[in-house]
Amino acid sequence: MENIFTQWFGDNILAYILIPIPVLIWVSLFALYAVLAERKISAWMQNRIGPNRTDKYGLLQTILDAVKLLQKEIVSPYRTDTIWYNMAPFIVFTAVFLGYAILPFSSVFISADLNIGLFYFFSITSISVVGVLMAGWSSNNKYSLFGGMRTVAQIVSYEIPTALSALVVVMLTGTLSMQKYALIQEGGIFNWYIFGGPGDITKIILIPIMFVSMAILFISTLAESNRTPFDLTEADSELVAGVHIEYSGMRFAMFFFAEYAEMFAVSGVITTLFLGGWQSPFGDLIPFLNGPVMQVFWFLAKSLSLVFVQIWVRWTLPRVRIDQLMTMCWKYLIPITLVNVFLVGIYMLIFN
Amino acid sequence: MAELRTEELTINMGPQHPSTHGVLRLVLTLNGEIVTDVKPVLGYLHRCFEKHAEAMTYPQVIPYTDRMDYLNSMNNELAYVLAAEKLLGIEVPERVEYIRVIMCELQRIASHLVAIGTFGNDAGAFTPFLYCFADREKVLELFEIVCGARLLYNYIWIGGLSHDITPEFVKKTKEFIKYFRPRITQVNNLLSFNKIFIERTANIGILPPDVAINAGCSGPTLRGSGVKYDLRKDDPYSIYHKFDFDVCVGEGRYGVAGDCWNRYFVRALEMEQSLRIIEQAIDNIPEGDIASAVPKRVKPVAGESYVRTESPKGELSYYIISDGSLNPYRVKARSPSFCNLSVINQISRGYMIADVVMILGSFDIVLGCIDR
Amino acid sequence: MRAYFHHIYQSVYTIMIGMSITFRHMFQKPVTIQYPEQRLQLPERERNRLFVNMEDCIGCDQCAKACPVSCIDIETVKVIPGEVVGKTGVTSQGKKKALHVTNFTIDFAKCCYCQLCVFPCPTECIYMTDVFEFSTYERQGLLYQFSDLTPLQGEEKKKMWAEYSAEQEKKKALAAQEAAAKKAAEEKAKAENKDTDKPEAKSAPDNKETEKPKES
Repeated sequence: MENIFTQWFGDNILAYILIPIPVLIWVSLFALYAVLAERKISAWMQNRIGPNRTDKYGLLQTILDAVKLLQKEIVSPYRTDTIWYNMAPFIVFTAVFLGYAILPFSSVFISADLNIGLFYFFSITSISVVGVLMAGWSSNNKYSLFGGMRTVAQIVSYEIPTALSALVVVMLTGTLSMQKYALIQEGGIFNWYIFGGPGDITKIILIPIMFVSMAILFISTLAESNRTPFDLTEADSELVAGVHIEYSGMRFAMFFFAEYAEMFAVSGVITTLFLGGWQSPFGDLIPFLNGPVMQVFWFLAKSLSLVFVQIWVRWTLPRVRIDQLMTMCWKYLIPITLVNVFLVGIYMLIFN
Repeated sequence: MAELRTEELTINMGPQHPSTHGVLRLVLTLNGEIVTDVKPVLGYLHRCFEKHAEAMTYPQVIPYTDRMDYLNSMNNELAYVLAAEKLLGIEVPERVEYIRVIMCELQRIASHLVAIGTFGNDAGAFTPFLYCFADREKVLELFEIVCGARLLYNYIWIGGLSHDITPEFVKKTKEFIKYFRPRITQVNNLLSFNKIFIERTANIGILPPDVAINAGCSGPTLRGSGVKYDLRKDDPYSIYHKFDFDVCVGEGRYGVAGDCWNRYFVRALEMEQSLRIIEQAIDNIPEGDIASAVPKRVKPVAGESYVRTESPKGELSYYIISDGSLNPYRVKARSPSFCNLSVINQISRGYMIADVVMILGSFDIVLGCIDR
Repeated sequence: MRAYFHHIYQSVYTIMIGMSITFRHMFQKPVTIQYPEQRLQLPERERNRLFVNMEDCIGCDQCAKACPVSCIDIETVKVIPGEVVGKTGVTSQGKKKALHVTNFTIDFAKCCYCQLCVFPCPTECIYMTDVFEFSTYERQGLLYQFSDLTPLQGEEKKKMWAEYSAEQEKKKALAAQEAAAKKAAEEKAKAENKDTDKPEAKSAPDNKETEKPKES
């Protein structure tokens, strides 16, 4: 479906300039309030009250923290590779923000309805690897280089289970376009891919495969964004703090901004693939819940609940060690995803 | 073809580090990621406790003994006071003995809660740390009711106690016992049996029993290796022979006996045993006067005494030499963490840096005790 | 192979249990006490800042001796007889005060809050309150002077005592002289009495006795 901006402004450059603006606004708001949400939710889980000094619910907390970071002195080490050192945080953030181009917020709003949408997403978020490597090398610090190397190894190896578990849905739909995924899963909650997708009664066989695929996609995207339990490269009880050591002030904030932005982007992708995107769970039963604006609500609700699960997992589980992380990826996740792909292939042969 | 040059890298896990529990410096020698040598450098918290004690009178030394192992003050005081009472030849009333045992077991629970919480924190699990500290608050509240201080008590005196317990304390202790039992299960479910945690700690830092005995390890470090040795049963002091409790030993439920997980799990099991002792003691405190045996002036005859006790960290003992005057001639404290830390070099070889952090956490050291 | 599946099962199972525990905790009441708006009720035996009731202090120095870190500094001056110490000259228990306490300083930067000073006090004038919010910007702010006498008054009392004791010394010396003189006179009288029995034996010493004071 065409984007609503091109419908209003015509298919010219003005529309294409205006399209990313709502997305940018949303990303900024989300990053601000995701930090607050993480602090509040972790506090409730730990029987505490989160930030509540700025006002009763701590709503201004992150803004004030950002102001504090802005006025910090930018301390940079002695002999860094200046261009790369300054560019690295922005490259990481840009790579993640570019991934928002294919998220279908609603049936009338998707920034770019590429017909290789999903493939584009996984490739573009890999550019953040380049940013991390730049940060690690140009900091002129042995430890940040180690941290950078480990992060790169982690992200690159977890690309594989991510792609393979998304492959299951690609095989069933036959397309890579994100908007088509959302469109196919219409008709209510039982037509979502997690319950087997649209189709006849034989889809019940697919349900366990889909659950497992979604779980593995969730775990590997946790590893992609360096969240606990896979955050050993940025943990402070390991030897050093990873790539972020030599950054201060706003540049440091950019790395965290990028992490939270990636959390939402990845949740958006999982929602679109498995949970029906912007489709309402009631389907055609309650028509007014199906309009374009309500669709944005459904999409955000589903993605934000996945973000909540990501926060929940972070505050419950301990960290894994680097070699255990690699073991998990290569010996457990990849074989299971390959088996899944194989089984879905057999299903398609038999029932299609 | 050029030869691949490999050198050993020396890294300093400095005195300021979030995972060394206190100001401990470890000089690690690494071969890639594998540790080949660990050298602990101590002394950053040395406060000349033993020299100070020579200038104080016997009762004045007690606040200093509190501050040695600050998470564990009641046990420190008890060990010193038992040594002084042995020199003086005083018999304390039974009520005093019962109350002392209750305080020491409550302190054992508090100390183990810190150990468990910070060990989980090193592993990356932030939530159990806060749950353990919330439980510890309840114990510290109990201490505050009795003697007014939360951490450093000056409660156990030579010949008795400084204050008597109130009925409010007895009531709150019984409530605490009821509250705490399910919390131990909860911490176990959340942390001890979590697969990721087990992967991080099982089969890491294996301490064979003979190495442990030769190095002088004691407490959960020794019992985690499978050696059933607890001073409360093998060399009973105070009235521990009257209570019924088990000695917890690392059996290799997950991993191997002697690894980090078993050392850690011994502490989780010991908390349950301490609850049992408190339950048995709190109902049977005899009546009496807690101050009847406290001497006006402590002036023992010339001699020496040595008393060993089981603190949560291991075998804590005091050796006092008296020359007949008001001040002791020499007070020597044998610290359990110091001897436990001495094996870290042997057992860390061949593991990775992340494992060194876990091994250090499993010993449960307190630098105040090591450096005195 | 079996171990492989067992690992997977165990991971999923224990992670689910852990996550359910934290989820349940989300809905429990927080344990935070929002200081400074809410405060805990401290127990009555709470050990925080010391307080000295100078009305009752007799200046016995027991608390300073008992302190393990020597944070109490007491200077006293003896009372001249007839002078009233403080308002009434007696403690609230009726004990008579025999010393002016010119300087009673407690250094709270050194105090270790061990309570060892409270027990030896015979009049229970030093005790621990529950005040714990007394931080200052300078270290001098933690030196608490409890004495009622200002330094000038203290100096005055010292001078008075010095004068009084000098006077007493003089009086004593005079009295000693007089006593010695009296004793000499008595001896003389005794000697004279004996003299009546033996007049010649005593005449020589008699002369010596009467001559000595004249020479001195």
